[in-house]
Amino acid sequence: MRLTDTLRFARDAAAGTPLRTALSVLAMSIGVAAVVILTALGDGARRYVVGQFSSLGTNLVIVLPGRSGTGGFNPANAITSTPRDLTIDDAASLKRLPGVRRVAPLAVGSSEISFGGKLREIMVAGSTAEFIPIRNFELAQGQGLPEEDWNRGSSVAVIGAKIRSELFGSNPAIGQLIRVGDRRLRVVGVLKSTGQGLGMNTDELVIVPVSLAQSLFNSNTLFRIMVEASNRETIPSAKAQTLATLKQRHRGEEDVTVITQDAVLATFDRLLGTLTLGVAGIAAISLAVAGILVMNVMLVAVTQRTGEIGLLKALGATARTIRLAFLAEAAMLSAVGAVVGYLLGQLGAFALRQFFPVFPAYPPDWAVIAGLSTALVTGLLFGVMPARRAARLDPVQALMKR
Amino acid sequence: MALIELSAIERRFQLGDTTVHALAGLNLQIEAGEYVAVMGPSGSGKSTLLNLLGLLDRPNAGTYKLEGRDVTTLSPDEQATVRSTRIGFVFQSFHLVPRLTAAENIALPMTLAGTPAAERKQRVARALKDFGLDNRADHKPDELSGGQRQRVAIARATIMQPALILADEPTGNLDRHTGEEVVNLLEALNARGVTLVVVTHDPGMGARARRQLVMEDGRLQSDSGTADISILGKISGRP
Repeated sequence: MRLTDTLRFARDAAAGTPLRTALSVLAMSIGVAAVVILTALGDGARRYVVGQFSSLGTNLVIVLPGRSGTGGFNPANAITSTPRDLTIDDAASLKRLPGVRRVAPLAVGSSEISFGGKLREIMVAGSTAEFIPIRNFELAQGQGLPEEDWNRGSSVAVIGAKIRSELFGSNPAIGQLIRVGDRRLRVVGVLKSTGQGLGMNTDELVIVPVSLAQSLFNSNTLFRIMVEASNRETIPSAKAQTLATLKQRHRGEEDVTVITQDAVLATFDRLLGTLTLGVAGIAAISLAVAGILVMNVMLVAVTQRTGEIGLLKALGATARTIRLAFLAEAAMLSAVGAVVGYLLGQLGAFALRQFFPVFPAYPPDWAVIAGLSTALVTGLLFGVMPARRAARLDPVQALMKR
Repeated sequence: MALIELSAIERRFQLGDTTVHALAGLNLQIEAGEYVAVMGPSGSGKSTLLNLLGLLDRPNAGTYKLEGRDVTTLSPDEQATVRSTRIGFVFQSFHLVPRLTAAENIALPMTLAGTPAAERKQRVARALKDFGLDNRADHKPDELSGGQRQRVAIARATIMQPALILADEPTGNLDRHTGEEVVNLLEALNARGVTLVVVTHDPGMGARARRQLVMEDGRLQSDSGTADISILGKISGRP
């Protein structure tokens, strides 16, 4: 039998039982759609997190106070368990390292801001002029913090876009005096609105000089030190030298943790990639179930069309012809199901993107290809058994059935 | 050379713990162009004989030569090819594929044999015309009368121009009048030289054949005898 005839025969056979065909196509398409949508979600989450991390800045090396836990309990730790604080001088000492372009100390706390009788709770970031370029923030108006001695903070502030609109409405903000905690500060700049960022919402942030923030919170410690390496290649050496310098300054004790943005990024990337893979695996189970359904449908078809199979044999069909006809039918069911499911899945991902515009819910190519080919392969694989059964039928017995 | 040559054919079935000899030591020769009716009570082996002649079944012993070639030893696929090209079947219950139109049903043997679509179309058109089904080409079987269905089935049986047509109670599901039409059609085919073997219960139909085989318990009980070859020649020479 010619290929086109086999396909047409299979198509007509499938169309002959519309409800059964529609149900198995539906099952297959739900399976494929599940793979597409779930991986779109998983991969969207990965892209979202990676994107957020990248927006922190480029070539970043971040210093955290305290040792991140490795190893078990150590008696030495019990004695010297309090880590030495990170200080402004620690940060300043990193400025001179080779391979380091910028350094910004960061002290964080919450406080109140008031202007013209309006009062609200805010997040205060104490840092230096370098902070804004390191974090890739942009200014909408005015300028950033002044270049000055880090230990002598002038009374200025850069405020977030939302704070600006809440406090000043349509009036100019630059040059106005605001009250933060017990200090009166002059607004020198307004940040551009960036929306949601990881950890910090810059729209509701007030940036002040680091020493001012420390006296505001009455502490000498830093929350982080941000170091920007001069390029991607110098990140490892910048990290090593940062660690060495701080260790030396802390009397040989390695009581800080230095992480690179790359490492964090890679970890999240890997983590969420694995998650996506796992989710795809779960969705693939529904594909296997759909494959079994196709097999069931084909087994019923063989039983129902026993008389027809007997007739085909009497008319000179070889076992191969009959096998191919039934395989083609199974393949068709799963292929149509796969295509419908792909379209449904893309539609679902599109809907997700419409409802959550910040969330890049695009199904990854590998998932689409894997989903479609799993659908086809399971359809074919589960079609083999019914097809063989059809081809093996005894023509005399088969013809006696109507 | 006889078209069909059966010698010492045995066909046994196992029914529970008893062995049924559906065919026991059957010897039979049918010449090309003959018109043979196979009669006998139910269970006498008529259908088994027909299935065997149509290569749908294999004997347990004995040889079957079709056109001088031993076909019992052929592989299933080779037998399928023989069925496709040399044998046409007509069934009591028509056995049309319900989802295919009359034209597609007639074309089915050619489709299975891989005949190109253009040739199929041409031959089906001629067959539809020959069997008076011109205006029924696009009808599904359930839109056809019993007589029309059997005509479609006969058109399908002859579309590959077989040497042998095996008909199993071809008028069994038809009323007297349409049955008569169908028999006339089959006899017209025979008159053109196609060998016709009909299994029937109907003594009237059996009597119309030129040779009657009566079977009982898997054996030939009576054979009206091989027709005289010279007469056959005269008959088949008739227009």
